[in-house]
Amino acid sequence: MLEIEIDGKQAQVPAGSTIMDAAQLLGAYIPHFCYHKKLSIAANCRMCLVQVEKAPKPLPACATPVTNGMKVFTHSELAIKAQKGVMEFLLINHPLDCPICDQGGECQLQDLAVGYGGGASRYQEAKRVVFHKEVGPLISMQEMSRCIHCTRCVRFGQEIAGIMELGMANRNMHSEIQTFVGRSVDSELSGNMIDLCPVGALTSKPFRYSARSWELARRRSISPHDSLGANLTVQVKGNKVMRVLPRENEDVNECWISDKDRFSYEALNSPERLSKPVIRVDGALREVEWNVALDYVSHALKDIAQNHGGEAIAALASPHSTLEELHLLQKLTRALGSGSVDFRPHRRDFSADGKRAGTPWLGMKLSEIKDLDAALVVGSFLRKDHPLFAQRLRQLARKGGKVSLLSVTADDSSINVHARLTVSPAELVLALGGVVKAAARQKGVAVPSGLELVEPCASGKAIAESLLQGEGEKGKRAIFMGNVAEQHPQATQLHALALELAKLTGASVGFVGEAANSVGGYVAKALPTALDGYEMFAQPCKAYLLLGIDPEIDCHNPQQAVAALKQSALVVSLSSFKSGAALDYADVLLPIAPFAETSGTFVNAEGRVQSFNGVVRPLGDSRPGWKVLRVLGNVLALPGFDYDSSEQVRDEILPEGGVFVAGLDNGLDSGLSDLTLAPGAAASGLQRIADVPIHFADPLVRRAPALQQTRDAALPAARMSAATLAQQGVAAGSQVRVKQAQGEALLLAVADETVPAGCVRVAAAHASTAALGDMFGAISVERA
Amino acid sequence: MAILGAINPMLSLGLDGDNAWRLADYVKRGGYSALKRILAEKMPQEQVINEVKKSVLRGRGGAGFPTGLKWSFMPRSFPGEKYVVCNSDEGEPGTFKDRDILRYNPHSVIEGMAIAAYAMSATRGYNYIHGEVWEIYTRFEEALDEARAAGLLGENILGSGFNFDLFAHHGYGAYICGEETALLESIEGKKGQPRFKPPFPASFGLYGKPTTINNTETFGSIPFIMSLGGEHFLEAGKENNGGTKLFSVSGHVNKPGNYEIPLGTPFSTLLEMAGGMRGGRKLKGCIPGGSSSPVVPGEIMMGCTMDYDSIAKAGSMLGSGAVIIMDESTCMVKALERLSFFYYEESCGQCTPCREGTNWLYKVVHRIENGQGRPDDLDLLASVTANIMGRTICALGDAASMPVQSFIKHYRDEFAYHIEHKKCLVPLEVQRAGSGFFKATV
Ligand SMILES: Cc1cc2nc3c(=O)[nH]c(=O)nc-3n(C[C@H](O)[C@H](O)[C@H](O)COP(=O)(O)O)c2cc1C
Ligand code: SF4
Ligand code: SF4
Ligand code: FES
Repeated sequence: MLEIEIDGKQAQVPAGSTIMDAAQLLGAYIPHFCYHKKLSIAANCRMCLVQVEKAPKPLPACATPVTNGMKVFTHSELAIKAQKGVMEFLLINHPLDCPICDQGGECQLQDLAVGYGGGASRYQEAKRVVFHKEVGPLISMQEMSRCIHCTRCVRFGQEIAGIMELGMANRNMHSEIQTFVGRSVDSELSGNMIDLCPVGALTSKPFRYSARSWELARRRSISPHDSLGANLTVQVKGNKVMRVLPRENEDVNECWISDKDRFSYEALNSPERLSKPVIRVDGALREVEWNVALDYVSHALKDIAQNHGGEAIAALASPHSTLEELHLLQKLTRALGSGSVDFRPHRRDFSADGKRAGTPWLGMKLSEIKDLDAALVVGSFLRKDHPLFAQRLRQLARKGGKVSLLSVTADDSSINVHARLTVSPAELVLALGGVVKAAARQKGVAVPSGLELVEPCASGKAIAESLLQGEGEKGKRAIFMGNVAEQHPQATQLHALALELAKLTGASVGFVGEAANSVGGYVAKALPTALDGYEMFAQPCKAYLLLGIDPEIDCHNPQQAVAALKQSALVVSLSSFKSGAALDYADVLLPIAPFAETSGTFVNAEGRVQSFNGVVRPLGDSRPGWKVLRVLGNVLALPGFDYDSSEQVRDEILPEGGVFVAGLDNGLDSGLSDLTLAPGAAASGLQRIADVPIHFADPLVRRAPALQQTRDAALPAARMSAATLAQQGVAAGSQVRVKQAQGEALLLAVADETVPAGCVRVAAAHASTAALGDMFGAISVERA
Repeated sequence: MAILGAINPMLSLGLDGDNAWRLADYVKRGGYSALKRILAEKMPQEQVINEVKKSVLRGRGGAGFPTGLKWSFMPRSFPGEKYVVCNSDEGEPGTFKDRDILRYNPHSVIEGMAIAAYAMSATRGYNYIHGEVWEIYTRFEEALDEARAAGLLGENILGSGFNFDLFAHHGYGAYICGEETALLESIEGKKGQPRFKPPFPASFGLYGKPTTINNTETFGSIPFIMSLGGEHFLEAGKENNGGTKLFSVSGHVNKPGNYEIPLGTPFSTLLEMAGGMRGGRKLKGCIPGGSSSPVVPGEIMMGCTMDYDSIAKAGSMLGSGAVIIMDESTCMVKALERLSFFYYEESCGQCTPCREGTNWLYKVVHRIENGQGRPDDLDLLASVTANIMGRTICALGDAASMPVQSFIKHYRDEFAYHIEHKKCLVPLEVQRAGSGFFKATV
């Protein structure tokens, strides 16, 4: 520890600390622009100059290491003079038109200029003009003359997002922040640069000039999208969500959010919002009052239960639903006599159900990722599926942690990976088996039975090696199962192999989980005892209750789902939006309030319970989902549906309270016993690889206009390697007919060497591919 | 340019224009004997460094930092790669010596770098060569090929077990890439921008590894120190200023060019070697160490000797040894305007005081030169330079400020005249007569 004194106050700081670190510890404020605690030190703005005893010149606090006994003066004459000098330089070329700047009122330069700026300018020359740049739908670079060249945005790209999308071109006072000639900013974390920019140079395109910061009320919320559960500040004016910003929580999202978290609020006011209950009368949909709609639903459900038995009813919820909604849905369904309830529409293999030792989860705290020595991610479109989880792994790799990827495409992860193994979906189990075998051999123990025929490849060996390093120190290595690993037709085999690998290496096993309540759904027991989320469509039912989901897009096999819904006698959809398909198959549409308009709880990947309140009133006649289900329970005269608040519902599920849910355990009761892996047994024909693109993944993002204009929301294509294209006799850039089961889609063929041989990557979750079948499985491609 | 004259030369001894740069010529002059001896004797590293310390060789790149001391900062026993880097970026206006060393005596630099690498346990070296002197780059590459072929570079040099690979790297002409950390960034393939120090290159240099950077002339002097002995080298110069040094003399002299003279030689001798003042005019001022060093009025300069201490006493710096001579036909406002333009142009733009301040300085000086000066402009310039000096990431901020400060200090009347009368104190026809470009027709 080193002793330091700042403005007379003493502190002890660890070696390697800077004066800025020490000042923050002491609560002493040193003005700064380029410094940011999560970014590397650039020391370029020079605003933080302070006086250090015995130093002839003022020194930058952000970059000057503390030495023992150092005495620092942040407000001495020398320091103030230096700070004022820098402020003058920053302002000479800065447009001093704060009243018409979008950043006005929340600008660091404006704030500090009040304290350190002069009353009048000594600069009488023409000011610099910097041309605007066009970089995509999310970030506005209209006002680049305001840039103060702090390079926070540049460093963010290099260090946090993992891709340097902005750079400082040219030199001297003509230095400009820009993208690489003509490119747009496409990172899934790009919006954070808006927050980082201390001035009004980078602003939010959807938000700019729609409100002043001081007009906005700040409310807390939780992201309804991926499984990280990013903490949000939702800014509201009147009854409208104007903007979403990160709310700092070092243990969860640090100070970041993904673009999806940030810009999805635009969908809250989508023209597709369902604002009144709708029922089908004589084939036509008609808006009705709530009591009419609920009576209708209640009668129809009772009829079906009476005539066909309760088990003819199936319920499917989105994993983005709140814990309360999921609980009430399963409670209602069970009360109606059906065990066919699920919240995992993307899943194919449910054989682990009933064998699970507990609630599947990440296997560790998010904040523990940084301490790992090695990590293996199995089956994931990592960056796009889990932007901030990927960011944590990126930081781990930057610090020397060995991050390996085993997946079905070689997408750019922007992570400096240790080893990477990319195989077709059909070979995924075999490949993981190879890693297990390599680990057993390297450790010198018996190879688990069933793996006799597997031969590990070089990458598999390298992965095993990284997971074995430092074996014995428990919990320093991890295996993470991504979305593909869970959606895969042999998900349970993958799960069992991961457990085996964990047993051999001492690594932990975790599921990253695809959605805000991927853990919460298990906690709420929205789980089947009869038909699961796939089978309920494979074996059509008489009635369907849908919660927050567009099955024609959100299911593992959308074609099969739509067919089942169409033949059924009753489809009741509790939804915030009206989709074209639902207007076709649904008999009742009940408008429920999306995130921001309802209270509820999400349990994130690490099992963290995060409850939130509505921040605006529900739109039109829509109502929070938990209330709708409660009243429906009442109308159906089912017992136990008398709740006054969503908290009461939550407390029924989580009576013990606590920050983390209990019973988290990724174990499986049966091991590898019935598994025999044989190379070559894999499917021979062309296989489909389906990703769920980041901005199609849930009903909200699908309808957020700015997000829909990003490159991540580009139309799905049939992507395959040049060799596969040639094999199929189709040319890149041509239209192809892609067929699966009874369905087909017309898509553009695109050459993509990240796709393994013999595979075609065709995204799910999009209307243009909704006519296709399973996410993974046989597919054919022919010239259109 | 060429090396036009010398007194007791070392680096330029025995050179024959473009005809004696090859390995065989260098060996004939005694080249590589120092390296061979060191390797054969397995001379302790400490001894090599001590010899350099004894020579009081001071860095020829600008700052004049004692080379032996710099070498002793290298963590020699630190495991892993270590680098020696030669700074041949030579962008300082007025300086044109390194290119001649590389053109006429490239092996002295190669040998010097190999000895440095041996002394500091480095196994890789780079010579960063200014981008606008391409033929120098190809010349150096040829010399490298010769040295490699002769087993003087590469694995197991001369069977000694010592490995050293040396590569040439050419820049693209940005002045800032001569700043040692910007140079490292540039070698790494990044934009040439200085790094904040600390950490210094000796602990965090090229690719984050311990690195020592020296100027071309600094490395070129090493073989002489090792073969003549440190003390002899010191004596060849003057106390605390070891050795001879190349001076690039330019401006209003009859024979502009490079001259090698012992440190401590009177300025007047150098001026004489350079053919004296052009047209017999009077020396008005001299920038003795490259454009970044403060200007020294003629009469003071005439009393100086050419060494670090004497020039420092005169209020300037010996810098890179670029001696810019200005006679009485020079308009000091115009001269400063050109210098200020250079620093504004060449600022990397990274840090606020330099990015904004150098442009401000230029704009004000430009205004004065163009008859738009205002009465308080000189105070403004003084205040802006004070706000730049010592507050930037690298020394370019200081380099831009010192000319402004010194020009105004020594030629204030001329600036004041310009502001008041909106024209030069030195009549235009005098300026033209002295310029050498305009024949006096007015
Ligand atoms: C703006 C700037 C430009 C510089 N340009 C050069 C150069 O062109 N050549 C050079 O040798 N040193 C240059 N230097 C000095 C180097 O940073 C460094 O001090 C020098 O290469 C060290 O070598 P030495 O110790 O042998 O002098 C420059 C410094 C600054 C601040
Ligand atoms: S755009 Fe903003 S964040 Fe980027 S360098 Fe300029 S001021 Fe800094
Ligand atoms: S002082 Fe000038 S050249 Fe040096 S880092 Fe700062 S802006 Fe760049
Ligand atoms: S905050 Fe220290 S230099 Fe910018």
